[in-house]
Parts: sequence; structure tokens; C-alpha cells
Amino acid sequence: MLRSDPTTRVSRWLPLVAFLAVVGAVPAVSPNAYALNVLGFIGINVLLATGLNLLMGYAGQVSLGHAGFWGLGAYISGVLTARFGWPPLPAAALAVSGTCLVAFGVGLPTLRLKGHYLAMATLGTGVILQVLFVQCASLTGGPSGLVDVPNFSVGPFEVRTPLQNYYLIWSCVAIGLVGALNLSMSRIGRALNAIKGSEVAAECAGVPTHEYKVAVFVLSAAYAAVAGTLYVHFINFVAPEPFGFMGSVLLLTMVVVGGIGTFWGPVIGGSLMTVLPEYLRAYEGLEVLLYGLILVLVMMFVPQGFASLFRWLPRRAIRGA
Amino acid sequence: MPEFLQFLFSGLMVGSVYGLTAVGFCLVYSTTEVVNFAQGEFVMLGGMMAASWFSLTGLPLPLALGAAVLATTAVGVAAEALTFGFSRKPQVLNLTIITIGLAIAIKGVAMMVWGKFPKDLPTFSGEAPLVIGGARLAPQALWIVGTSLLVMVAVRLFMDRSLTGTAMRAAAADKGTAALMGIPVRGLSTVSFAIAAAVGAVAGVISTPLTLTSYDHGTLIGLKGFCAAIIGGLGNVYGAFLGGIILGLLEAFTAGLGGSGYQDAAAFLILIILLLVRPQGLLRGTGRERIVKV
Amino acid sequence: MALLQVNALSKSFGGLMAVSGISFTVPAGVIQAVIGPNGAGKSTLFNLISGIERPSGGRIVFDGHDLAGLKPNRRAALGLARTFQTPQIFDSMTVLENVLIGCHCQGKAGLFGALFHTASSRREDWSLREHSLVQLERVGLADKANSPAADLAFGQMKLLEMARALAQQPKLLLLDEFAAGLTHREAEHMAGIIRSVRAEGVTVLLVEHDMPLVMSLSDTVIVMNFGEKISEGVPEAIQNAARVIEVYLGSGI
Repeated sequence: MLRSDPTTRVSRWLPLVAFLAVVGAVPAVSPNAYALNVLGFIGINVLLATGLNLLMGYAGQVSLGHAGFWGLGAYISGVLTARFGWPPLPAAALAVSGTCLVAFGVGLPTLRLKGHYLAMATLGTGVILQVLFVQCASLTGGPSGLVDVPNFSVGPFEVRTPLQNYYLIWSCVAIGLVGALNLSMSRIGRALNAIKGSEVAAECAGVPTHEYKVAVFVLSAAYAAVAGTLYVHFINFVAPEPFGFMGSVLLLTMVVVGGIGTFWGPVIGGSLMTVLPEYLRAYEGLEVLLYGLILVLVMMFVPQGFASLFRWLPRRAIRGA
Repeated sequence: MPEFLQFLFSGLMVGSVYGLTAVGFCLVYSTTEVVNFAQGEFVMLGGMMAASWFSLTGLPLPLALGAAVLATTAVGVAAEALTFGFSRKPQVLNLTIITIGLAIAIKGVAMMVWGKFPKDLPTFSGEAPLVIGGARLAPQALWIVGTSLLVMVAVRLFMDRSLTGTAMRAAAADKGTAALMGIPVRGLSTVSFAIAAAVGAVAGVISTPLTLTSYDHGTLIGLKGFCAAIIGGLGNVYGAFLGGIILGLLEAFTAGLGGSGYQDAAAFLILIILLLVRPQGLLRGTGRERIVKV
Repeated sequence: MALLQVNALSKSFGGLMAVSGISFTVPAGVIQAVIGPNGAGKSTLFNLISGIERPSGGRIVFDGHDLAGLKPNRRAALGLARTFQTPQIFDSMTVLENVLIGCHCQGKAGLFGALFHTASSRREDWSLREHSLVQLERVGLADKANSPAADLAFGQMKLLEMARALAQQPKLLLLDEFAAGLTHREAEHMAGIIRSVRAEGVTVLLVEHDMPLVMSLSDTVIVMNFGEKISEGVPEAIQNAARVIEVYLGSGI
């Protein structure tokens, strides 16, 4: 018989709690503005990668257009606050719900596709979104982007300094990580894993596979939209460039290099793929070349991702009782 | 009428390039089940190398073109052999991501070696446009369409008639059994990359005189080529080329009638609709990956 | 009343009639077998009943419900469970978690409960885990509950599929070649489980090639060939029927 509820066992939660404690303490140790900014970007990327990992790692569905949802969240928040003077919180709410609605509309038909076909459909969705960001210039500012996006604020509290942004971003990341961990231990999380293992068997066992695939697709889009809102208020600017195919590839890289389907993979991958470009920023062509080489080498020699190397961390997102 | 013809010529020309790129995708997919995201970079490399060597060394044009195709083929072979050959987990997803990394790396090298400015090649037979029905047709366009058709037929004949081609199709159908039959599956993977790189380089070489080329020229061409391959039915050479033509025509008419910004979106929108309505493509492909039944 | 009624069921793929106007009933509480040479349409029949394929014609009525248009997961909720010829195991999970998927319909916790780990979802999970452990004990895999499912031997994977199907508390259990690839002892063990399952009131419809096993296990046998039912009856009668012999061994013997 079972000894205790495995989902509340300390060993499950300790690593995450410890990690978040460290995250909370970092500014006390290193309050340098540049470092805080980089850590802020890491947070946004971790949130993006965690959301994508839910779709790709837990449910086994491919998306090559995920950056489009990130951009959609950013642009809705940016346009509403910069052009229409909305307060940031309602704008954020609309950004997330609007992106979820679009994701639902896209996901419903396209998630009936498999493998390469699904990848292509999501790729197309991302490209179409990016084209819209560029073409609807009167709203979005076109290719040169939207400027003067205000800081995030709730009532009189404005998030202005790097330190404040850091805490705002990482609070959202914390919620996202906790949600992901909970999901992995839940009935729905198991069902998603079953869909990844054998969709036919899962369906015949009673799992509503299509509904669940759409649900996790929308959930991952929600993560992306929140990341987009945080992003646009962080840098007070948004342009279409990061949200195209290459942007989606970068997100895919974060998930795969970190370790697809693992819990810590997105954290590792998101951190790595934020920090690396920072170091290589000065060497344009070289940066691109190295980025490509890293992708190739990791896929060749560490195909399960870096999280699989750390055996003392919860390695798989789904573990036994 | 002249406008319509103009769009038609433009579409056929662009479509031929997409079609050839799609044929390259088809080859690699047919043999390995991997979508080779570096295909577009092979197109870019062909044009870049030819343009660069022609202007730097004063080689006669045909030699420069031939050398570029050979060199790109070598790059394709090296890329596949050094990566696929040594991968610890040669599963389709990992290999596909490797091709994404290769595409990015090749682009980076191009940026470093040739810089960011576009390069061009002289047209093969002069500049004077032919006037047909009120529309202007550059002679280079005839080179593009003609060469593409020839290459497409050659590839198809190779796949159908030659021993290697048949072996490649066998390896695609069932890798394990093919290997048991003595078919060198690894070697065929490299061969497929070699041919795909050559085909891509030809596409780059014939189109550069009209469209110019630059380090980032390959990405979008690659994506559109993949799009075309799926439209035509992944695994079907004639279908891939047809898909390319359709895509080219669609773009030309969208750009002409609706403004050039939306043509990319139109291409992918058509693709998505097609995937939902007839996922196996217009002509029957290898049909291995289908819609989920439930 | 019959638990399962199949009326004039057909399925064509392109021009090929895989199943051709087949009709039969399965009364509640029996073990019924479907036999026939390879290519007779047995797997297609199972796929039609479980909902993976849509019929080209005919009707399936299960427990009084017309199954037309119902997706497999809805049929599972009505009490239909199945195993597969090649075990479909969820590789990334443990043995226990695999069985828990069988309990999916019995749980109610939704996305909110999942993301926020509510007390009610935890309670529900606990009881489902206990239920799953009971199924594992039944098939003899309880000691492997926390092992990765991918580490199991082939025979154990088939037992795991059985446990998962039983976790659904089905009214009708479809078994697709449960003995394929099993040693004689493993097949006998499985047959024992099937008998105990029937004793609890679960109806079993099975496809099988192992003739002695089929004859010793089943109450009735249906013979299929070229997508049609060519014979039906108790095992002894089928064994002797000339047509059946002809179908399996060819005429002229």
C-alpha cells in the first residue's frame, strides 16, 4: 500500500523551493543593474521555455511558431498601453486572454495533424502573426516597432528599476514553475504524458486526447503571453524581429538543449541561451555560427538535454509514487 | 492581359526556384525522414560561391557555376557525415534540430566570409527582355524554368530507375529491413544530402542573376521550399516541384494584387488550409505521416 | 440482452473491403473469440468497435448505446476497454502511472485542480492510486509499481496493458492477441486472469491465433475470413466444421 501522498513529499518540492529562495536572494548579493537586467531576460526566457515544454515535452506536440504567441502578448499589451492609454493590468489581462483565444482558434483544427504537418502548420501560424505585426503599422509601428511603452504599474505602484522588474518577472516565473510542477504530478499531466507515449492507447483508455492537446496548447500560449507582457513593459519597446521563425527556433533550442520533457530543462536552457548571446554579442557572424554549432553539438552528444546530466535533480517531469 | 501575364511569368520563375528547393527537401526526407532545414542554405551557398568566385577570379561563368555546385555538394556531404554520422541518438527530432543548427552555422559562416551586402551574377544570355503579349520576360527566367524542369526530371528518373535511387526509396520505406537486405542506409543518407545540396546549389546559381543573393537569402527560400514540398505531398518529386510552382504563382498574384507585404502570410495560410483539408498533399506522397484518426 | 451487437458492419479502405457486412452479438458474461487467417479483418473489426476506425456501413450497439460517431474515449467511459497486439506502453512513466491512465475516466479533477494542486484533486489521486495498485496485484506486477514501464520485459508489458484495461472497470474487454509473443506459461497465466475477470462479470471478446488456448478458454467462437463471418458456434463444433478447416488449411486436403 502507499506510504504517503507522493505529491506532497518534501523531496519533490525542496529543489524548487531552494531554487526560488536563491533567486529571491540574488539581488542582495549582486545588485548590479546590468546583471539584474540579464537575469530579468533569463526569467522571461525561462517562462517561455517552460510553457513550450508543457506542449512539447509533456504532451509531445511540436510547435515551430511559439514566438508568435509571445509577440502577440507583447503587442497587445504594448499597443493598449502606449497607443490607447490603458492601465497595464487590464491591458495584460486582455493580452493573455486574447492570445489564448487565438491559440484556441489555431489549435482546434491544427492539432489534429501530426509530426511534420503539425510543425509546418505552427510554423505558418508564427509567420502569419509576424507578418501581421509588420503590416498593421498604424497600430504596431511597423518594422521599426512601437516605442514609449510605459512601465508596468498597478495603481500607484510603478515597476521602474531593474530590481523591481527582476522581482516582478521572477514572481511570475515562480508561479509558472509551480504550475508546471503541479501539472506534472496531476491526472491531466499523466494524461498528457500518455498522449505523448501512445495517443491511440490513451484515447482508448478514456483520455480525451484532442481536447487535452488543445488545452495544453492554449496553456503554453498563456505562458508566452505573460512573458510578452513582462517583456514589453521591461524594455518599454517592441519590434517584430524576435517573433518570427528564428525566434521560435530559439525557443525550441532552449527546450531541447535544456532537456525536453524534464522539469529543470527549460530553466537550464533558458538561462544558457540568454547568457550565451550576451557573451557573443560583439562578434556578429561568429555569434550566429557559434549558436548553430552549439545546437548541432548538443544534439549530437547530449541529445537528452543538459538536465539529464544532473541526476540528483528531479530528472523527469513525471516520476513514480 | 499584360498584367496577368506579368504575374504569371514572375510566378513561374519564382515557383521554379521554390520547386527545386522543394525537390531537395523531398530527397532527404524520402531517404531519412528528416526535414533538412539547411536546404535553403544550400541554395544560398550555390549563388554566393558562384558570385564571389566569378568576380574575384575572373573564371569563365560556366566554370564558376560548376565549381560552386561542386563545392556546395561537398559542404552538404561534410555536414551530413560529420553530424549524422556521429550522433549518439539519431532520432528524427534530434537530427532535424541538427539541420536547423547546420543552417544557422552556415549562415554565420556566410556572414563572416562574405559580409552582409548582396552579391550578383551576370545573366547567362544577355539582358534584353523578350516581350510576349505585352509582358516582359527576362531571358534568365527561361534559363531558370528550363534548368529546373530538367533537374527535376533527372532526379525523378534517378529515384525511379537507378539502383541507388531505388535503394534510397527502400531505406525510406523501412530502414531496418533495408539494412538487413544489405542496403547501406548510412551511406544513402549522405548521398541524399549530396544530391539535395547539388540541386539546391543549381537553384541558387540560376536565380542569383535575377534575385541577387545574400547571407540571409536562404532562410525564407528554405521555408517556402519546405512549404511547397508539403503542398505537393512529402516524398513525391513531381509533387514537390508542382507545389513550388503553385506557391510561386500564389505569391506573384498576391504581391501584384494585394501588396508585397502579405505574400509570405498568403503562402503559409494556403499551406495551413491545405494541411487541414488534404494533408497528404496534392499528389500522393509517401503518406507515412497522416492525420491522427481520433 | 446482448452486451454488444454488431449489425452488417463494413469497412472499406480504398476499394478493399476489410470488413464486409459482418453481424454477431456478444451476450453479457461470456468469453467470445474471433479467429481467422491473417488478413481476415479481425484487427479492423476491433478498431471499428473501439472507435479508432469509422465504419463504411452498419451499426454497433454497446450496452444499449449506438456507438456511431462516438470517439474512443467516450466509448471507454461507457465501459469498453482494450489491449493491443503490440503493447502500447507509456514509456516516460512508471508502471503504476501507466495503470493510472486506465483510471482517467474515474477522476474529475480539471485543469484548475491540476495547476493549483487542490486538496480535492490530491484526495482523488490517492484513491485512484490505491485502485491501480489493486489491479497490479491482480496481474502480479505490484512489486514493479515504481519501476519505469520501459524497463519491463515483453510479457510483463502485456500484463501491464491488462492491468490498465482492468483499471477502467470495463463491462466489455477487447483483447487483441493477448498470447502473441508470450511463452506457454505466460499465456496460461494470462488465461487464468481472463477467467477470473469473467467470473467477476466482465465480458471478454478476444482475437487469438493460439487454437488450443482459444478452444479451452472461450464459450463461443466466431470465424472470419475475407472480412466476413463464415462460422459461429461452440469451440467443439467449430473445430470440426469443414469450412473452417478449409479456410485454415486450404481445400484438397
